[in-house]
Formats: sequence, C-alpha cells, structure tokens
Amino acid sequence: MEQIRAAILGSGNIGTDLMYKLKRSRALIPTIMAGIIPESDGLARAHAEGLTTTHGGIEGLLQREDLFDIVFEATTARAHLEHAPLLEKAGKVAIDLTPAAVGPYVIPMVNLEEHVGEPNVNLVSCGGQATVPLVSAMKSSSPVAYAEIVATIASKSAGPGTRQNIDEFTDTTARGLERIGGASKGKAIIVLNPAEPPILMRNTIYGIVEESDPEELRKSIEEMVARIQEYVPGYRLRAKPLIEDFPGRQQKKVTLYVEVEGAGDYLPQYAGNLDIMTSAAVKVGEEIGKHLRAGTWKKDRSEARL
Amino acid sequence: MSEQISVHILDSTLRDGSHALSHQFTAEQVARVARGLDQAGIEMIEVSHGDGLGGSTVTYGFSKQSELELLEAASSVIERGKLAVLLLPGIGTKDDLKMARDLGAKVAQIATHVTEADVAQQHIELAKSMGMEVIGMLMLSHMGSPEKIAEQGKLMESYGADVVLVTDSAGALLPPTVRERVRALRDAIQIGVGFHGHNNLSMAVANSIIAIEEGARWLDACTCGLGAGSGNTPTEVLVAVLDKLGYRSGIDLWKIMDVAEDIVRPIMQKPVRIGKASLTMGYAGVYSSFLLHADKAAQQFGVDPRDVLVEVGKRRAVGGQEDILVEIAMSLAQKNAEVEASPSRRLA
Repeated sequence: MEQIRAAILGSGNIGTDLMYKLKRSRALIPTIMAGIIPESDGLARAHAEGLTTTHGGIEGLLQREDLFDIVFEATTARAHLEHAPLLEKAGKVAIDLTPAAVGPYVIPMVNLEEHVGEPNVNLVSCGGQATVPLVSAMKSSSPVAYAEIVATIASKSAGPGTRQNIDEFTDTTARGLERIGGASKGKAIIVLNPAEPPILMRNTIYGIVEESDPEELRKSIEEMVARIQEYVPGYRLRAKPLIEDFPGRQQKKVTLYVEVEGAGDYLPQYAGNLDIMTSAAVKVGEEIGKHLRAGTWKKDRSEARL
Repeated sequence: MSEQISVHILDSTLRDGSHALSHQFTAEQVARVARGLDQAGIEMIEVSHGDGLGGSTVTYGFSKQSELELLEAASSVIERGKLAVLLLPGIGTKDDLKMARDLGAKVAQIATHVTEADVAQQHIELAKSMGMEVIGMLMLSHMGSPEKIAEQGKLMESYGADVVLVTDSAGALLPPTVRERVRALRDAIQIGVGFHGHNNLSMAVANSIIAIEEGARWLDACTCGLGAGSGNTPTEVLVAVLDKLGYRSGIDLWKIMDVAEDIVRPIMQKPVRIGKASLTMGYAGVYSSFLLHADKAAQQFGVDPRDVLVEVGKRRAVGGQEDILVEIAMSLAQKNAEVEASPSRRLA
C-alpha cells in the first residue's frame, strides 16, 4: 500500500509524540518535521528517526513541499492562523491540533465524512475527542436533550496556552457536544488536579435522553468505546454505564465514567488528554489518506454553493 | 486602640448558602435576603450558584431559578451595598461574567484551586476591564504551603486582582495554619488580603480573627453560617465578635441578627451543623461542597458517607470534582458486596 507522506509542523511535546505514532501507522509515513528552535529535543529525535528536519518554521517546511502530502499542525493557534492560507495555497491538507479552528471540527468515527474535501480540519479539544463520540452513540439510539461533561486532567498536562484561555476549552467542547454529538444543549467543565503522582485524564459524561431501551443504549455506547479503543488503546469505561430515571420527567439520565491513559510515546502516560489528541489526529490523517489515494478528497461539485 | 480598623465583609448567604439548599433559592427569597443584608449595612452581597456562575448543571445540581432571575432580584433591591458574584474558571465563562456585570454586579470573586491561579488570568482581566472590583480566591488553601500561597497570590495580583483570600474550602485550617498562610500572603503582595472560612472544625470565627491579626481586612461570611459543609463563618456572630474586639464593620448588629433569625432561618431546609460527615471533611481536608453530593451518593448505594469522603481525600480530589462521588460510592458498594460474598467472611 502506498503510504501518504506526512509533515509535522511543530517540534514540541505534541509534535514529537505525533511523530512516534505516525511511525507506527501503516497508512502514513512521517517524512519531515519543522520547528523554529534548532536545538529542540523534538528535532533531534526526528533526525534520529530518519526524518528530514528544518528549524526554518513554515518557510523551511514549504521549501521542501516535494516531501509531503498532508501536514499536522502542532504549534499554536496564533501561528496556525498564519500557516493555514500558505498550506492551502501549496495544496497540502492541514490537520490542525491547535484551537485555531480555521477548518471544520472533526471527530474520527463521527463526522469526518461530512467534511470530505476540506483543505483544513480541526481536532476540537481533548475533552471533545474523549466525550463527543459517546454522546453521538447515545444519540444513535435516542434523542439527547442535554449533554454535560466534566474533564479532569493532571495540572502538569495543561500547558500555558490552555491555562491562559481556559474558556476556549469549555466553549469549544460544549459546541462540539451540540453540533457533532447531536445534543440539543451542551455544557463542558474542566478541572485541573495537581495531585502527585499525576492523575490519568478522566471524563464524566452525562446525557439526558428521551425514554429509550436501556439495553440498546448500553450496546451502542459499548460499541463506540470499542471503536475508539482501536485508535486510543488507553481509552476505557471505569464502570458500566449508569442509566437512571431522571426525576420528574419521562427521560433517562445516562452517566459514563471514562479514563484515558496515554500510550507514553513521548508524552507521559498520565497525559491521556494529550494522547487522545495525537491519536485522533493520526486517525483523521489515515482516513484523509485513504481519500487522497482514491482521489476522492474533493468537495462534491453538485453541492457547491453558487 | 488609637484608630479603629475597618474590615470589609462580603456576605455569601446567597452564594455559599446555596449549597446548603441544593441551589433551590427562589428570586423572591433572594430579594428578601438581599434587602435585609443591604439594610443591615453589608458592603458586598454575593449571589450565584454555589459553584459560581454557570454552576447549574447535573454535576453540581440545577438551580431552581436561573442566575439571571436571581441576580435581577438582588440587583433590584440593593441600594447601599455592592452586588457580588463568584466565578470558577473551568465552570463559568467570560460570557457569564459579562451577563452578571450587565445585571449590576460590581464585585467579582474569581476562585481557583490553590495551585492553579493562572487559569484565572483572563477572567480577572475581563472583570477589571469592565470596572469591577476583583477578589481572587485560593481554594483549599490547606493543601498549599504558605510559600505556594504567596506565589499564587502574586500571580492574581499581577492579573489585576484587588484582594486575595486564603480560602479554607475544607474548613481544615487551624489558627497556626491560618496565621502562617495569611502572613505569607500579606508579605508577598501589595493588595488586600482576606479570609474565607468554613466551620467544619468549629474554627471559622476564630480563624477569621487570627486572619485579621495577621493583616487580613476582607472576610467572607454567611448569615446563620448557611453554606457548604458545616457552613461558613456566621455573619451575625462575626459582627458581634468584631464589635467586641473594637474593629469596625459598618454592620448593624441587631439588624444582621434579625436578618439571620427572621429571614434566613425560615428558608433553611435543615439546620447547618457540624455532623459526622462534615466534621470528617474538616478532619480529612475535603472540599465542603461535596457534603450533600456525598450523602446522596452514599444513600443511593448503601455505603457510609465517611468512607466516600475518605476515598475522596485519598484521590486528592479538588473543588469541582463532584462527579467522582457517585463513582466512588458505586465502587465501594461493589467492594462491600465482594467482601460479603467471600468464603473467608462467611467462616468468620
């Protein structure tokens, strides 16, 4: 099978972890990493793994556009706003792990096929990747009136970008629960826990759903968990889905406890919140790769707006 | 005492007190309490969901009436004092803060865990840019060393906060540990310093006085002590004690007693007291807001709420993690069932 060639823009923790995951992918091959700090550990590791490296940032990367088909953006939202038009002009599909949200939000297993042909897709947020698929699974068996999630992550795994703009997480994740998960209303909460040793990422997901068959609901949730585990091996339910009557209404309250343990490729194992982002990015890259090989990563012309 | 020292009191009956009522305040009750507090001379009157703006959720309990309605009700009756709100970054957002400002809130308490002050930067800056007075709160202060509190308080100061509070969310601090924390904070920052107490070990008033001795000039309190866990520093008691010690609060003692006795007490669903679960919180250092959630979860799964709280302590849970209580109760029940079923148990 012909592998699709991937560039990694950003040589920090995320970019480096991504490189090790891409090395394992059968559909993708990492060929080049671009950073801006010559002595960064990420670039050194990329070099050792046989990738072409440059510390010339986006310019350095585009000088070698012969080397790659798709780009994983692992810098910052601000930088990606500058990079996005340049990458599009060069005809390279961008998979954006920053909160820049230049392109539509995508969650593997849920909505990627709705955005075929986009030059740029965005990975929502760690909380979104960890919870939206399960809300979508509830939705497949019953309308979801309300979805709420609490994401608790180790303080050490929250970088300065997340901390300075924590509303970005709560807002983006809540919109993801609504627009992609299909909940009529969404709410997201994030808690940072500084305990030592650091805790694994955990997510509690509540769904208020219309009257439905609990067995069917359970089955659809467990199936989705199994599908997520295919690309995030450390993703698991901590307890069986709890399905109760919601007081005073003809509705059910579904409670799910999810834990995400990272693969420990470069990021520490407790940082499941970061691991699920790099894992989801690889999965999205693989799906886009399939389309690129088949020549189908194009917008359907008949649906093009006039 | 040559000159009387003034102490600024924020009454949180309508915010921290909301925990004790499982967030069931009505707009009519809020208006009555707020009017009473205002007429008694309270400087800052706080109204919000117990877990702050945006806290009305499955996780923390839905409010009976929307925050908008409750803030409007308070705003319409406050004449002398200032309307205050609480926001926990990660739960509430800047939009919630703007809504509160538009409804007349003049003071914003922005609270983070004692080690995580940097998540409050955008909210403190926004509140300041809207002309609000900002009080930063370092929650679960017993989990941070005096040095940590000084460092985190400096961060809040750098974002523009006007005051930083040592916040004893678990009611676990004692006079010596209050003293060293307030002193470290006062030595580290140029802005105001204060204290927010809980009464789980019956120390809330005493701790507040220790804080004043160390230079704190801002105190949080609730009438009848209505608040999370065993409740907060009771406003009417605090006012009496401050008066006897010669501090000036600007609050009329008789009037605040009347508010507590005649308006707030009839609203209370049950007396706020030091029960075995809330005492355990102070003893083990657990976030007071977990109390009713832990009670409910323990009842649902037939386990002892104290065992749930001890497990919470073991997991080093912080404010906001109410979601783990049901899971813990569920797993304890499962463990108990396994023990019951094991052969060794049957032989014994």
